[in-house]
Amino acid sequence: MSREKTIVLVVNGRRHRKAFPTHRTLLEALRELGFFDVKCGCEKGDCGACAVLVDGEAIDSCLTLAWTVEGSAITTVAGLGTAENPHPLQDAFSKLGAVQCGYCTPGLIIASESLLRETSAPDDDDIRLALSGNLCRCTGYTKVFEAVKEVARASTIGGRK
Amino acid sequence: MTSTPELPAAKPNVAWRQIGRPLERTDARGKAVGTTRYAGDYTMPNMLHVKVLRSTMASATLRRLDVSKARALPGVACVLTAAELPDRLAPTDIPGQTGQQRQKTDQQILVRERVRYFGEPLALIAAETKDIAEQAMALIEAELEPLAGVFDPIEALKPGAPVVQGEDNVVAAQKVRKGDIAKGFAEADLVIENTFRTQFIEHAFLEPEVGLAWVDENGVVNIRVSTQVIEHFRYVADALGVPHNRVRIMGALVGGGFGGKEDVTVEIYLALLARATGRPVRLEYSREDSLVGHGKRHPFVMTYRTGVKKDGRITAIEAKFIADAGAYVFLSPYVLLYAVVAAPGPYRVDNLFVDAKAVATNNMYTSAFRGFGAAQACIAYEQQMDEAAKALGMDRLELRRRNYLRTGDKISTGVPIRSAVWTDRCSEQAWAALGEPTKVSGPVKIGRGLAAYQQSYGRITWLHDTSEGWVGVEVDGTVIVRSGVTDIGAGQASALAQIVAEVLGVTLEDIVVYNSDSATTPLAGTTTATRALYMTGNAIKLAAEAVRSRLVARAAKELDVEPAQVDMASSRVFIADHPEKSLSFAELVKLCAAEGIHRSELAMFKAPFTDKIDPETGQGQVHPDYAFGAHAIEVAVDTETGEITVLKSVGAHDVGQAINPAAVEGQIEGGAVQGQGYALSEEMIYREGRLMTPSFSEYLIPTAMDVPPVKCIILESRSGLGPFGAKGIGEPALTPVAPAIANAVADAIGVRIPDLPITPEKVVNALRQRSSQPQRSAGR
Repeated sequence: MSREKTIVLVVNGRRHRKAFPTHRTLLEALRELGFFDVKCGCEKGDCGACAVLVDGEAIDSCLTLAWTVEGSAITTVAGLGTAENPHPLQDAFSKLGAVQCGYCTPGLIIASESLLRETSAPDDDDIRLALSGNLCRCTGYTKVFEAVKEVARASTIGGRK
Repeated sequence: MTSTPELPAAKPNVAWRQIGRPLERTDARGKAVGTTRYAGDYTMPNMLHVKVLRSTMASATLRRLDVSKARALPGVACVLTAAELPDRLAPTDIPGQTGQQRQKTDQQILVRERVRYFGEPLALIAAETKDIAEQAMALIEAELEPLAGVFDPIEALKPGAPVVQGEDNVVAAQKVRKGDIAKGFAEADLVIENTFRTQFIEHAFLEPEVGLAWVDENGVVNIRVSTQVIEHFRYVADALGVPHNRVRIMGALVGGGFGGKEDVTVEIYLALLARATGRPVRLEYSREDSLVGHGKRHPFVMTYRTGVKKDGRITAIEAKFIADAGAYVFLSPYVLLYAVVAAPGPYRVDNLFVDAKAVATNNMYTSAFRGFGAAQACIAYEQQMDEAAKALGMDRLELRRRNYLRTGDKISTGVPIRSAVWTDRCSEQAWAALGEPTKVSGPVKIGRGLAAYQQSYGRITWLHDTSEGWVGVEVDGTVIVRSGVTDIGAGQASALAQIVAEVLGVTLEDIVVYNSDSATTPLAGTTTATRALYMTGNAIKLAAEAVRSRLVARAAKELDVEPAQVDMASSRVFIADHPEKSLSFAELVKLCAAEGIHRSELAMFKAPFTDKIDPETGQGQVHPDYAFGAHAIEVAVDTETGEITVLKSVGAHDVGQAINPAAVEGQIEGGAVQGQGYALSEEMIYREGRLMTPSFSEYLIPTAMDVPPVKCIILESRSGLGPFGAKGIGEPALTPVAPAIANAVADAIGVRIPDLPITPEKVVNALRQRSSQPQRSAGR
């Protein structure tokens, strides 16, 4: 067995202190802590279903060892909004039919949020590139693009950021 | 409880208010905010973690399996091998309540002696943690002695080829004999012959197989699992040797299926271990487990001879199919049947001869995949149509137009189509939507292609498919729907809510759908075969209409009018001509409750039942009905690098009636991209049976960078057998896409590449070959 290390993970604004084996990935650690909204699709960084924001930037949590992000601000899709008070991306994905089986949705929303934090008015190529690490097998991406563009448009007009 | 024939007609007397609107699906928000629990998100106290040890050879004899070291490892609760299992098999037939289970085609649960495919399970391990289970796996000593295998279905048909199982390698054969094939070819001015090949492909749902099982206080094995088919509880019980009512399967919202969760996946392993250990057990496949461990789409070799007159009329088609069934039968006979029924495509062909075989090999077994054999046939018949047009010097759409089936025409199996056949207008609209050709220069060439299709919806009619559903109104006016249907991501549950909202004049927010529990929700049948909306939608509509009839009768008394004058909308009940005279839906329900008026209904919908087809001629009814449509594509091909870019992708489908147009578009868009992967980039490569593409960095499904925005054209003939005249769109969305792309590539470069996937390498080689041998005709 590998060594264990007690670490503090700051997830969605709350601190979680727990001992993990040092080889535990952030994906596994988050799910052990009960963050079921972080999805496991491949454990190899191919699919992007496990994406979370670490200090505002989207990363594959399956490729990140948990202890390496100790103290960083980790945001999962559930940390962006709730059913009653959704994040604009969550709202747009729901309303525009960008959610089908939904298993890739948390990762896609996280990747989209990461993009919109960098670029408030992304063009089509920016969106494609930003989402190219997130595989989706149901939607064909068309409505996902529409949802991201809708939010970008609204935020540019309304000055969301 | 009502059933189909007895139910009094209680057609809503309202214009549609909820149907046909692109409402936000009931399941969307929970998924977007991360509160939806999938099967893998359930855990239990004291739960064990399971791993499956798999064979590293595709054809071998298991000489020795020593699990003693694994059992001795601290933290290991149980290791099961075939030695601990009763000599039962895992049923692999088509699921449901057909009562028609075939014999002798089922799979061993764990390898007893003979390994028939790479990855066939040898042992099951349950341990306190996943880490320990993995360590235990490494401690198992499996001695495998290689046996000669067979890895190509054509080789497998030759005398002396190794036999995978049973007497010979032919696991299924299907025929169609219609008209006079010799006469048909004699009448032809031209005969076009080509052979097309398709590859193994993978469903690539994003959620790998996963489940949690426990034995409850009644001795019932409960399994929470990601599946398209909760009715597998029967097969699990058969495999365990317990009565059917001692296994319960609960689904969850499924992270994609596409046919890949139609067969049993982890259920039997979990059930065995839960019983053996008396503890909850959880098994989650890794992506590699998933890619190795479930059935694939059948590769087909399809040889077509098509006879045509100079005016374009098809006089005869002869089609021969060989499908790779892999190591176990699973749904191969049915996939083959769908392929032969679809063999002539959406065309009137009076003289037809089809011979098809599914052949066992030591490759991975093949089974259900969106399109189910009809998709493979479309890849051949639509490329063949383009080749025929080329040979005749005729416009490709015009050739199709002259041959399309029309309503009332007889399909391949001699049965007339009674619903609308709008292939013509779908083709025209899809083609027109491509607009002006994209301008390119240099080595890049533009090409366009179209494919039309005929795809069944609903299950094979002699399986006697039924679906039950329940609708009830609570005392406060909220509505509950119970349906066994599994929701695999297409909005199956949400569609039921939309139907009930329409019938009862309420909104989606008033409705909760409970689904996917084999013990407590009425059995609705499988989410397969583009049947979920058709079957469960009809059942739920019948139930809702029965409830509505009783509520309306009471309202009529209250409003002092005839029931026919009562309407329901926006949660109010009113006189249709005097909407101001009304009461709220909740008030009406309260009145009914106080008077003991029955506010719920269990209904059953039955598909048409028929006898089996004639096995010698293939004539007779096979499916309830068919959907028709077309997909049009524009590609750019770089003739120097072979790179293919899909620039435009347009699907036009007659869906009968869109219950939720946004969900229909979702199917068309998703199908377009899945079809694009099928045509251009996806291939499960097996070398001597061993999988060479065990991850998404080798098996390439389209990414956001690879796809154009898909354009959807939804036509509504309202002629289908589903609720409100709906047909189905799940499978149809995919079927025409790959052949449309193949036709577009051939149009761009002037050479046909008859084997999918059309990779850059094949394009470059084909162009090189053509320049060295200009006299050879395309595709021969």
